[in-house]
Amino acid sequence: MQEHDMTFVRAEMINAQTAPVSERGVLRWLRTNLLSTPLDIVLTVIGVLLVIAFVPPLLNWAFIDAQWTGPDRSVCATIAQGGVQPEGWSGACWAFVNSKFEQFMYGRYSFDERWRVNLVAAIFVLLFIPLLMPNAPYKALNAVLFFFGVPVIAFFLLVGGYFGLPYVPTQQWGGLLVTLVISFVGIAVSLPMGIVLALGRRSKMPIVKMVCVVFIEIVRGVPLVTVLFMASVMLPLFLPAGMTFDRLLRALVGVALFASAYMAEVIRGGLQAIPKGQYEGADSLGLGYWQKMILIVLPQALKLVIPGIVNTFIGLFKDTSLVYIIGMFDLLGIVRQNFSDATWASPQTPMSGLIFAGFVFWIFCFGMSRYSIYMERRLDTGHSR
Amino acid sequence: MATDSTHLPGPAATSRSSALNNPQVRSIIAQVVLVVLLALFIWWIVGNTTDNLRRQNIASGFGFLDARAGFDVAQSLIPYGSNSLYRQAFLVGLLNTLLVAVTGIITASIIGFLVGVGRLSRNWLIRQICMVYVEVFRNIPPLLVIFFIYLGVLSALPGARDSLEVGIPLGIQTPFGLIGWDDTIGFNAWLNNRGFFIPRPVFNEGSWLILAGLIAGLVMSVLVYRWARARQMATGEQFPVLRTSILLILGLPLLAYFLAGMPVDVDVPVKGNFNLTGGVQVKPEFLSLYLALSLYTASFIAEIVRAGILGVSRGQTEAAYALGVRAGPTLRLIIIPQAMRIIIPPLTSQYLNLTKNSSLAVAIGYPDLVQIGQTAMNQSGQAIEVVAIWMVVYLTISLTTSVFMNWFNNRMSLVER
Repeated sequence: MQEHDMTFVRAEMINAQTAPVSERGVLRWLRTNLLSTPLDIVLTVIGVLLVIAFVPPLLNWAFIDAQWTGPDRSVCATIAQGGVQPEGWSGACWAFVNSKFEQFMYGRYSFDERWRVNLVAAIFVLLFIPLLMPNAPYKALNAVLFFFGVPVIAFFLLVGGYFGLPYVPTQQWGGLLVTLVISFVGIAVSLPMGIVLALGRRSKMPIVKMVCVVFIEIVRGVPLVTVLFMASVMLPLFLPAGMTFDRLLRALVGVALFASAYMAEVIRGGLQAIPKGQYEGADSLGLGYWQKMILIVLPQALKLVIPGIVNTFIGLFKDTSLVYIIGMFDLLGIVRQNFSDATWASPQTPMSGLIFAGFVFWIFCFGMSRYSIYMERRLDTGHSR
Repeated sequence: MATDSTHLPGPAATSRSSALNNPQVRSIIAQVVLVVLLALFIWWIVGNTTDNLRRQNIASGFGFLDARAGFDVAQSLIPYGSNSLYRQAFLVGLLNTLLVAVTGIITASIIGFLVGVGRLSRNWLIRQICMVYVEVFRNIPPLLVIFFIYLGVLSALPGARDSLEVGIPLGIQTPFGLIGWDDTIGFNAWLNNRGFFIPRPVFNEGSWLILAGLIAGLVMSVLVYRWARARQMATGEQFPVLRTSILLILGLPLLAYFLAGMPVDVDVPVKGNFNLTGGVQVKPEFLSLYLALSLYTASFIAEIVRAGILGVSRGQTEAAYALGVRAGPTLRLIIIPQAMRIIIPPLTSQYLNLTKNSSLAVAIGYPDLVQIGQTAMNQSGQAIEVVAIWMVVYLTISLTTSVFMNWFNNRMSLVER
């Protein structure tokens, strides 16, 4: 007796079916990224409210209601404030930035000599870009030209007084020019000095070690403002009578010393992270101290701390704005100084000028941080855990 | 085997090599040279300085601290008049520095932790908002943020007559019209171009009871914490310490307030035609420095917190879940303690950075230590002494914070093999 056979074997494949609506496309993205839990929904609502509260007014202010060109403050002031705008108007005064743009870049550098600044900038950019590109040829020559050639050329071109170029005193320098000069010199000085200080701090010679520790800890323990005041007020006292220092040079000394101490600590972190075996391996090959450091330890250590080094550079770049406090006009300083210009004084001027300055600083710092992330990935040899 | 004696290392070779190649001798020579150079340098500087001071007729020494300062200070936590001494002026400056540093550190920590956690949120919108915040503030100079708030925001506020009331808005204006109600829950706090006016509590007779309640609450919380810990160690049972402590710390002063017959009045700022009267005025200088430092430092703290949380390996969470620990306790007992180990050292240096950045006060005229020092320097010409005072004070703050944070860090760190 045979029972009825209920087994069923499917002979053909079922065609692939699309996922349920809630699991694909926009809906899925919304569900997982914005509305997954009740708390998530609350957060999304708060986020949307924040965006609505800030973004449209900001766009309105910065673009739609903004004044891009104009002869003086009247375009940026309401009728009650002595301008032409209707009551209740509020918008960015880019006309102010527009008319002062040259000043923001060069400071009071004489008009006829500004081609020199442009030339230096062009040389700088031409040598800097291939240096940044890892695949560009002639790296060594490029680096030597950039770190030793550019400063010399820049000095003769910017300061002048030689080869028939008129002398431009540094009191007339200003704007982005000063910001870049101070940061370039600060970076170029602080890296080698930081390496020397870091090596000194890890030296086996007690006195060398002590001197480095004291220097690093004192400089890192005090604010840059006090170091700058020291450089501007006390340096003249320390020098013999009659020997004077240029004010820009004083600021440079202060910034470079300050940055070196921070750089030293970053590099020390890298030195400490190199396994002992590397030092011992170099010793057993018979390398001397400097050979060991330059050929074996430093290349590995510096690579490890690239993010830290770039962060120090970014910090240094931002800190150059502090020279305003000792009476120099870097980008931020010159923008700030122009607020008191009666031709352009309006309630919108400070905000517009500061946002412009902030944007310029932001571009440089953001660029540096992105480049560091890129280099970090490129140099990653897969040794880190 | 043909051996050549000259190729063999031996005592003969050592004796022939110069003592200059001996590492110990070389190190001693190097250090002696360094010491001599340093000594010469310092001697040269001291010589020049004494010469210069003699020529400028400046008497060196800290005697000037006991002279009359003769300048006014805009904001002071202790009684100070133009007849006060330099000594007192510096104290005012130090207290102002500490005030802005402490309030700034607290605010920056709160914002920083929120934003740092927000950057890891599952919610895409919150993640983006937090990222924009961090990337904007991390990449602009703090001085610019200070100027922005001081000149761009606070100076552009209306005058006293049109002061803005601070409160929770019940609706927001959008391009599509108003969402919610056109109303705010006011705090009796007003904002105008002269600063931020907030209500001031007036403590009448019997207020000491509230303070006593607060102290009792704190002491009892500590006792409860110890008892709960001991009990957990002995029996494994947990006790809701946090909830109990909050209840004690808030409840006892509140109880004392009612027991003492509600002795606290509030002095509310009242809007007049030309100024606000009553309440406490928070000066725009303090407000902008405090807000700028908090917002700026918070962006760094957010990155530190994010790195700390990411630094705890995923296996820790998985292991906790495998053991049946729920999500809340996993975060509280497993993730956060380990993340704190990573967070605390860089957090310390951010706190120190904030304290040091408070010296930017000099740019907007908030009377901190550096600003007062600068005024004193201009008046008395005692540059070296003033710079020495700055350095000693900031170094003391730095070293004290480092010592405290190292102690805290040691307590937090896991005891490993």
